[in-house]
Amino acid sequence: MITLDVRDVTIERGPRIVLRGVTFSAGRGELLALIGVSGTGKTSLLRAISGLDPIKAGEIRIGDVQIRAGRTLRLPELHRSVSMVFQFHHLFSHMTALQNVWLAPVHVLRQPRAAAERRARQLLEMLGVGSRADAMPHELSGGEAQRVAIARALAVEPGVLLMDEPTASLDHARRGDLAATLLQVAAQGCTVVIATHDTEFVSACAHRVMMLNDGRIAREGKPAEF
Amino acid sequence: MDRDLVSFRSALIVAVIMVVTPLASPARAQSGRELRWGGDAEGGAPFVEADPKDPARLIGFDVEVAELLARDLSRSPRFVQVPFTSLEASAARGDFDIGLSGIEDSPARRARLAVTVPYYEFREILTVRDADRPRFRTLADLRERRVATLGATLAYDMLVAAQAMYGIIPVTYEDDVHPYSDLALGRVDAVVLDYVLAERGVSRNRGLANQEPALGVGHYVGVLAPGGNELRDRIDEILRQAMRDGRLEAIFRRWGMWNEDQPRLYARVLASSATEMVPASAGAAGLDVWEATRRYAPSLVRAAVITLLVSCVAMVLAVVVGALIASGRVYGPRPLKGLLTAYVEVIRGTPLLLQLFVLYFGLAEVVQLPALLAALIGLGLNYAAYESEIYRGALEAVPQGQLDAARTLGLTDRQTLALVRGPQAFRLALAPMTNDFVALLKDSSLVSVITVVELTKQTSIFAANIGTWLVPGALCAGLYLVMSLPLARLARRIEKGWRRG
Repeated sequence: MITLDVRDVTIERGPRIVLRGVTFSAGRGELLALIGVSGTGKTSLLRAISGLDPIKAGEIRIGDVQIRAGRTLRLPELHRSVSMVFQFHHLFSHMTALQNVWLAPVHVLRQPRAAAERRARQLLEMLGVGSRADAMPHELSGGEAQRVAIARALAVEPGVLLMDEPTASLDHARRGDLAATLLQVAAQGCTVVIATHDTEFVSACAHRVMMLNDGRIAREGKPAEF
Repeated sequence: MDRDLVSFRSALIVAVIMVVTPLASPARAQSGRELRWGGDAEGGAPFVEADPKDPARLIGFDVEVAELLARDLSRSPRFVQVPFTSLEASAARGDFDIGLSGIEDSPARRARLAVTVPYYEFREILTVRDADRPRFRTLADLRERRVATLGATLAYDMLVAAQAMYGIIPVTYEDDVHPYSDLALGRVDAVVLDYVLAERGVSRNRGLANQEPALGVGHYVGVLAPGGNELRDRIDEILRQAMRDGRLEAIFRRWGMWNEDQPRLYARVLASSATEMVPASAGAAGLDVWEATRRYAPSLVRAAVITLLVSCVAMVLAVVVGALIASGRVYGPRPLKGLLTAYVEVIRGTPLLLQLFVLYFGLAEVVQLPALLAALIGLGLNYAAYESEIYRGALEAVPQGQLDAARTLGLTDRQTLALVRGPQAFRLALAPMTNDFVALLKDSSLVSVITVVELTKQTSIFAANIGTWLVPGALCAGLYLVMSLPLARLARRIEKGWRRG
C-alpha cells in the first residue's frame, strides 16, 4: 500500500527553481532517505510534503489527502497524516517536554487530557527521555530535545513522519540509538522520510535511498549501492 | 463656535507654555529697565488676552495697569506667561517682578507674598443655567451637585467650605473659560467665580444666568516675591496716585468694569493702610503645617485611590485594545494594517495632553463625555498604542520555527496564537508592560486638566493652600511609590516563576 506519492513536483523559491518535476513514492512502514549536498532541495521537499510551503506544479498525495499546485495548504486532514521533526526541533519553549507532546493530541485530535498525557509519557519512555518529561526545552541536551520532538511528532499518530537532518545534533552513539528508534517506528507501520547528508546513518537504517542533485532525483537504490 | 475654537486654541497655548515656562525663565527677574509682570493670557479679556486683531499684542485691564505701573516706575513692561494656578508659586520664586492677572487678595497670600493695595473690588457670583434659576439660588440649594470654579481662588475656598456645610461637589478647572462652557453642556450645575468672569461666561454661552445677590466680595491685588516690599511700597503709591487722578477709573471704564463699588474701595484704600483691607477667609493659611497635613491627608489618600483606579482601568483598556491592534497588525489584511499603523503613529506622535483636551473639550459639541470617562478613554487609548507596539514586537519575537511546528501538528492559526505564540509573547511583554503601567500611573496626573482631581492635583491644591510644596510633595511622592513599588515587585516574582518553569 502506498502512503506517500509525489508526482512531478516543482518547487520555486523566489526566482530560483529548487525542485524540477520530482516523482517518487513510499510505502507503509518504509524508511526512505533523501541525500544530496546542501541546497539540493531536500528540506524544501519535506516542507512541501508537510504542507508548510506551496508547490509550483505537480501533486503530492498522502493517503487520501492531496496537495496540488496553487491550492491552499490549510488542510487539517493533511496534518493528521503527516508530521515533521525539524532540524532545530522547534520545541515550544514555554512548555515542558511532556506538554509539548500532548498539546496536539488534546487540541487537534480532541483526545481527553489524561489519556493524551499517559500516551505522551509512554512515547517519551519509548524514546528514552521519560525522566525528562517535566524539563523545559532549554534544559534539554540536543539529543534529548530531538527525541522529545520525535515524540511530539509521533503523538498525532501520523501515517508519514518527516525528519530534517536528524543526526545533526547527535554524537556517534546516539546516532545508533536513533537509527534503531526510526526502524522501530517504521516497523509499526509509519512511513519515515529523512533528509540527511549523513551516509553512514543512511546505511545503518534506510530501506531505500534517493539522491537529489540540481533539483532532480539523480540516483535511487539500496543503501549498499551508495 | 469661533469662540470655542479660540478657547481651545488658547488651552493648547497654555498647555505648551506650562511645559516651556519653567525652562524658559530660569533666571530670576531682572529689575533693570524692565518691569516683568506675570499673568495668564488664557484668562482672556478683560484681564489679559492676545489681541484678536494682532495676536502678538496683549490687551486687557491688567495689561493697562501693568503699563501704568511701568510708566511711573520709568521701566518698560514685559509680560511673563504663567498658568493662573501657578502665579503665586511663580511670584514666590521671583519669576517676575509683579503678578497681575485678576489675583485675589487673601490672608494666605499676604502671609506668603508681598501684596499691593487692592485696585479693584469684585463680587463672587453664582451662575446657573436659565432653567435652574428658580431652584439653585444659593450654594445651599446645590447639595450633591457639581459646582465649578477656578483652582486657587477665593471662590474655591468658598466651595470647599460649602462642601462641608451643604454637601456640594467642588470641581476645579485650570482656566476660567471651560467652567461656563461645561455648565452650558450640563457637565456641572453651577459656577462660582467673580463678577467679571461670570459676566463674560454668560455673554459667551447661551442659556446661562447670574444669580443675585453676590455670594461675597473680593479684591484684585498685585503680588510680589516676599521681600519685595520696597518695590511694593512704590507700586502702592503709584496705585493710590492713579486712584486719585482718575487714571485707574479710566482703565476700568474702558473695559466696561467701572461700577459704584470702586469709588468706595478707593476711598477706603486712600484713607487707610493696606493691611487693614485684608478680608476674612476660610482657607488653611493660618494653620500649622502638621495640622494642615492631618486635615488634608484623607483627601490625599482619596485622590490616590482615584489615581490608582484611573490607572488600573485605563491599563486594562490599553492591554485589551493594544492586543487587538497588535493582532490586527500581525495577522490582518493590508488595509487594516495600514489603518492601525496610522493610529499608533498619530497617538504616539502627539501629546497625551492634547489628546485629553480634544477628547474632553474638543468633542464636547458632539459627545459630552463625563470627565472620569474621558480620562479613562484618553489614557487607555493612548497607552493602547504603546502596548500594541510591545505586543507586536513580542509576537514577532516568537521563532518562526515554533509556528511551523505548530502548523505541522495541525493547530489552527487561532490555536497557535492562543497556545504557542500568545503565551510566549506575553512573557516577553511583561517587563515592558510593568514599565508602562508605572509610567501610566504617573501620566494619570495629566487628567487633572479635564477636571479629574487625582493625587497630583490634590497635592497642588494642598500646597497652594498651605503655601509650601515640601510636606505635600513628600506625601504625594510617598503615595506614588506605595502604588508603584509593589507592582514592580509582583512583575519580578512572576518572571522568576516562569524562568523556573
